Amino acid sequence: MQTFEYVKPQTVERALTTPLPSRFIAGGTTLVDLMKLTVETPPVLVDINSLPLASIDKLPSGGLRIGALVRNSDLAWHPDVQSSYAVLSQAILSGASPQLRNMATTGGNLLQRTRCAYFRDPNAGTPGGYGCNKRTPGTGCAALEGFHRTHAILGTSDHCIATHPSDMCVAMAALEAVIHLEGPKGKRELPIAEFHKLPGDTPHIENALEPGELITQVDLPKPIEGARSAYLKLRDRASYEFALASAAVVAKVEGGRIQYVRIAMGGVGTKPWRSHEAEAALNGKPATAANFRAAAEAALATAHPRTDNAFKVELAKRCLVRTLKLATA
Amino acid sequence: MADHSDLRLKHLCSQPASQPEDKLAPDQQSIELEPLAPELAAVNGGLSRRSFLSGLGATGLLAGAAPMVVAAPATAATLAPPAQETTAGNLTLTLNINGKDYTLRNLDPRATLLDTLRERLLLSGTKKGCDHGQCGACTVHVNGRRVNSCLSFAVMHQGDQITTIEGLGQPDNLHPMQAAFVEHDGYQCGYCTSGQIMSAAALLKEPIGPSDEDIKHAMAGNICRCGAYTNIVAAVRQVRQLRA
Repeated sequence: MQTFEYVKPQTVERALTTPLPSRFIAGGTTLVDLMKLTVETPPVLVDINSLPLASIDKLPSGGLRIGALVRNSDLAWHPDVQSSYAVLSQAILSGASPQLRNMATTGGNLLQRTRCAYFRDPNAGTPGGYGCNKRTPGTGCAALEGFHRTHAILGTSDHCIATHPSDMCVAMAALEAVIHLEGPKGKRELPIAEFHKLPGDTPHIENALEPGELITQVDLPKPIEGARSAYLKLRDRASYEFALASAAVVAKVEGGRIQYVRIAMGGVGTKPWRSHEAEAALNGKPATAANFRAAAEAALATAHPRTDNAFKVELAKRCLVRTLKLATA
Repeated sequence: MADHSDLRLKHLCSQPASQPEDKLAPDQQSIELEPLAPELAAVNGGLSRRSFLSGLGATGLLAGAAPMVVAAPATAATLAPPAQETTAGNLTLTLNINGKDYTLRNLDPRATLLDTLRERLLLSGTKKGCDHGQCGACTVHVNGRRVNSCLSFAVMHQGDQITTIEGLGQPDNLHPMQAAFVEHDGYQCGYCTSGQIMSAAALLKEPIGPSDEDIKHAMAGNICRCGAYTNIVAAVRQVRQLRA
């Protein structure tokens, strides 16, 4: 591991004046892991655990404001989250391990990086190492013709097919969360749909953060009256494993018809995959298995599978159908 | 009988303490000696299986020398840190472990909490399995919550209350979870066991459901290559029932 300077500011202001390049560290579950692999080599680590960003508060609008330093386990167990945003609680509890959930934070989970074995290889993107455009643009993508069973089928490009690994982000996408940022140039907010970037020909750029910007909180909108939600995660093991395919659904059924639906998928996209196609196929339609299946077909219509992850297309469809049934039962 | 305590510590020194002028290159591992478990030195004149085996580190085996021959009689002074500070780190930090404060000098910022516990503080009950947060063998409590000590830098824990397996209970005063693991034979080789017990003890304070499935999900962060899972679940179930 490359060495670093360590600083621990007590205020957001001080945290934002740290000279760049630097990395903020909170739980460290992504960062320390990647630093051990020399995938991340920050010369300065800014420990933000003293910043006052760890509360969960109801907003006047009826929504919920989640501090960036709220631990994943606390967020999942929070009574307001369990009652009004069940999909978020289920998604978080399906991910990682209890120990990791006690360390990981809201902000950190948004910035979680892919589990692609080539990306995580210490020498990838260096001369003689595997090609990885995310590590070093222009070096190629070893996964395209290599091991890509767990890689993405949606949002891919010839430069990168790495899956976004987070469960929390998929639920937040279905809940239409808004990310609050603060940086040297001031404060701004972004819908989560605009926070994570498609790889395109710049896979090294994963999100909309400007240099020096800090995630301060995440706002969830007011819960939809009468809607229910569910998260389903399919994977090789029953626990402690990333998704092969997952789905987050928020749906409201009235008179047998779907009056409101939001759908996002995990394990299959290069970013948390909000599916407007599936939503359009369901709005106003009767909540039947046939319509669920039609929505799943629409969700995966633009999928670009490769040899070893082609199974994900059907798996993802069935995952979405099952989740829709759970959310509308 | 010669005090063998310096044998235990010998392999940790890159050079004998009698040559304080020699400096180590920055990339050489150098572990400052802070024997915070001096009771180990007192037992059997400092000779234990652990000290014998650690004396058979790289230097012992490669040198081919009889490892039990001690160069010079050791005195209590050899347990003190060498006069010359030769480590690569530059941080000073106080960690509160099992209710006691330990001041660490010349700490490398890269030192994980796990490595600091095991190598600097000689609290080797916490184990290194994968070093990447994937196995749970390194589970400790920070402010009462279970975490993977391999994925956290020691320097980040100033002011935290850290509990390791050594602090959870002692042979003559076992934590109920330790006693239950013994009763239910919840281990085979024992390597995952301290992490399993630390994890199980912490889950008693978490909002976990009542069934065995809930226990298994709550213990999913601790893997066991020997497959002692059934007995581990039985141990956890028993303690939960007794506390219900």
